[in-house]
Amino acid sequence: MQNETREKLLQVKNLEVTFGSKRKPFVAVKGVSFDIYKGETFGLVGESGSGKTTIGRAIIRINPTSAGEVIFKGEKINGKIPHELDKRVTQQIQMIFQDPMASLNERAKVDYIVSEGLMNVQKHLTKEEREAKVSKALSDVGLLPEFASRFPHEFSGGQRQRIGIARSLIMEPEFIIADEPISALDVSIRAQVLNLLSSLQKERGLTYLFIAHDLSVMRFITDRIAVIHKGVIVELAETEKLFAHPLHPYTRALLSAIPMPDPISEKQKVLEVYDPTCHDYSVDKPQWSEIEEGHFIMANEKELAEYRDRLKN
Amino acid sequence: MEQEVILSVKDLNVKFSLRGQVLHAIRGISLDIYKGESLAIVGESGSGKSVFTKNFIGLLDKNGWVDSGEIWYNGMDLAKFKTEKEWTKIRGKEVAMVMQDPMTSLNPLKTIGWQIEEALKLHQGLTGEAAKQRAIEIIDDVGIPEPERRYKQYPHEFSGGMRQRVVIAIAMACNPKILICDEPTTALDVTIQAQILNLIRELQKKYQLTTIYITHDLGVVANVADRIAVMYAGDIVEIGTCNEVFYAPQHPYTWALLSSLPQLGIKGEDLYSIKGTPPNLFNKVRGDAFAPRNPHALKIDFLHRPPYFEVSPTHKARTWLLDPRSPKVEPPEHIKNIRNIRANMDQKEGGAQ
Repeated sequence: MQNETREKLLQVKNLEVTFGSKRKPFVAVKGVSFDIYKGETFGLVGESGSGKTTIGRAIIRINPTSAGEVIFKGEKINGKIPHELDKRVTQQIQMIFQDPMASLNERAKVDYIVSEGLMNVQKHLTKEEREAKVSKALSDVGLLPEFASRFPHEFSGGQRQRIGIARSLIMEPEFIIADEPISALDVSIRAQVLNLLSSLQKERGLTYLFIAHDLSVMRFITDRIAVIHKGVIVELAETEKLFAHPLHPYTRALLSAIPMPDPISEKQKVLEVYDPTCHDYSVDKPQWSEIEEGHFIMANEKELAEYRDRLKN
Repeated sequence: MEQEVILSVKDLNVKFSLRGQVLHAIRGISLDIYKGESLAIVGESGSGKSVFTKNFIGLLDKNGWVDSGEIWYNGMDLAKFKTEKEWTKIRGKEVAMVMQDPMTSLNPLKTIGWQIEEALKLHQGLTGEAAKQRAIEIIDDVGIPEPERRYKQYPHEFSGGMRQRVVIAIAMACNPKILICDEPTTALDVTIQAQILNLIRELQKKYQLTTIYITHDLGVVANVADRIAVMYAGDIVEIGTCNEVFYAPQHPYTWALLSSLPQLGIKGEDLYSIKGTPPNLFNKVRGDAFAPRNPHALKIDFLHRPPYFEVSPTHKARTWLLDPRSPKVEPPEHIKNIRNIRANMDQKEGGAQ
């Protein structure tokens, strides 16, 4: 497609994140590479413990990386970087967290929660200017400006998540990492938050990295999806392509597990279970290869041949 | 088809006293639960779905009480139970519950084996080797591999899905007749969720259990429920078999719940979302509780509470739209074609290629 001409906002190259001590390291993310284009919504999907959140946190510099590069607008932003760049990155990349109950400071008023980031980056702002920005941010996410003087416990889950979104919007970011922003919410509230995120994207040309375990939501909101399993991306494709032709057995297992609101076919459904031992990687090592345009997969030569056959039919 | 009723709720009203005010949480629910069926209760948070089922097991919070109504089980009216002594006859033995979060419902200081045996000792008087054997049997039953090794392990050594299996094992330890699953999979991954739902279904078949699922997500109940009850503001607004509720929903609230499922969303368009908030149950609800949020609301919805209108012998809904005098209102277009949604979706994508 026209991907060649699109601007790459974020590039992740062979990213590796390691936890634990030197003697007993645990590699949570191994050799992960992907690009995120400006203005798109990129989905990262996997089970708990697969490392999807770790990748998000490594991009925003919460988790240090042990190898590889994260490039944001042409500049390397992982590892040691100049103070001035750090400040710029902090402003331009924002994160929305999963649990709106735990991610807001219980003792602070909404006014402070939303404007805390501003105080660090735009120190010259007067009180009035700051208040104006807070009420603008609140009304942008569909909350009343009066809410600024209240405490988080006075709000419902959906409203709290909106406060979390307002807090990241006030920094005027270009790139937002949304880490399971709706999985703690009720179905009816989910729809509201998803709609809010997509309308904000249209208005401001935001780019999202959307992290979730639920493919049914992903299908609705993302342009491209990467499927991650045990710290390795196993498949990456445009959303519709991935749903139409899932190739990797793990992707197929995830897709078959999506619950559908259709009782008759749902009761006949056969669950596909992913068994990592189905790959024989003893001699023929798997590689990250592009099987068709924009569709990447982790597979060895033999599997690639099989997948190509499947694509033809 | 005549089915045996195992639990019968008659015009149940539950109230809570909160900060000096009275909250009317359950507003006159009548419901028969049949032996061996699997019933799903679906509703938003605050709709009273958990409170309703907590009445069957005596776990209502201290500030809540049954204001009127009856709950008949095995010739006993559970609504009249006052003391813990009475409840221990029911709780665990007859009715057991699986809670939402497997991280918090297990004791981190005791081994899995100990926690299962605790239930066995208390209710079945098993001790020593007999209890251990039975516990290992149960661990095996819920699909945990290597039961003998797992028996000695602590909760932190188990993953989320495995922990939920342990919680189910404890609930199953006393061979209950009714198993209440309160959001059993909300805290779990999609793949694990499917496995746990399968497990509960298998156990249900094997032991002729009656299961009650509580969930906010209509999407997950399609393959597990025989019947679905949709709750809103402390009342069942629609009840029917699984197929009836999915393929021919009648109440506007059920339409709204179905429409807001992301599985049915069309990319690039806004997902349907229910406007407004549920009513404040501290105040007296007049008419149909859903009327203020209902785009199809009629004048009468704001004045009189609708009765149940029967759609079929198994399907009824509380909405004035079913009254013959009401104007004809069609359900939203995109929830009419729920049948074969997966197949249709694949085709559409295939065509786009």
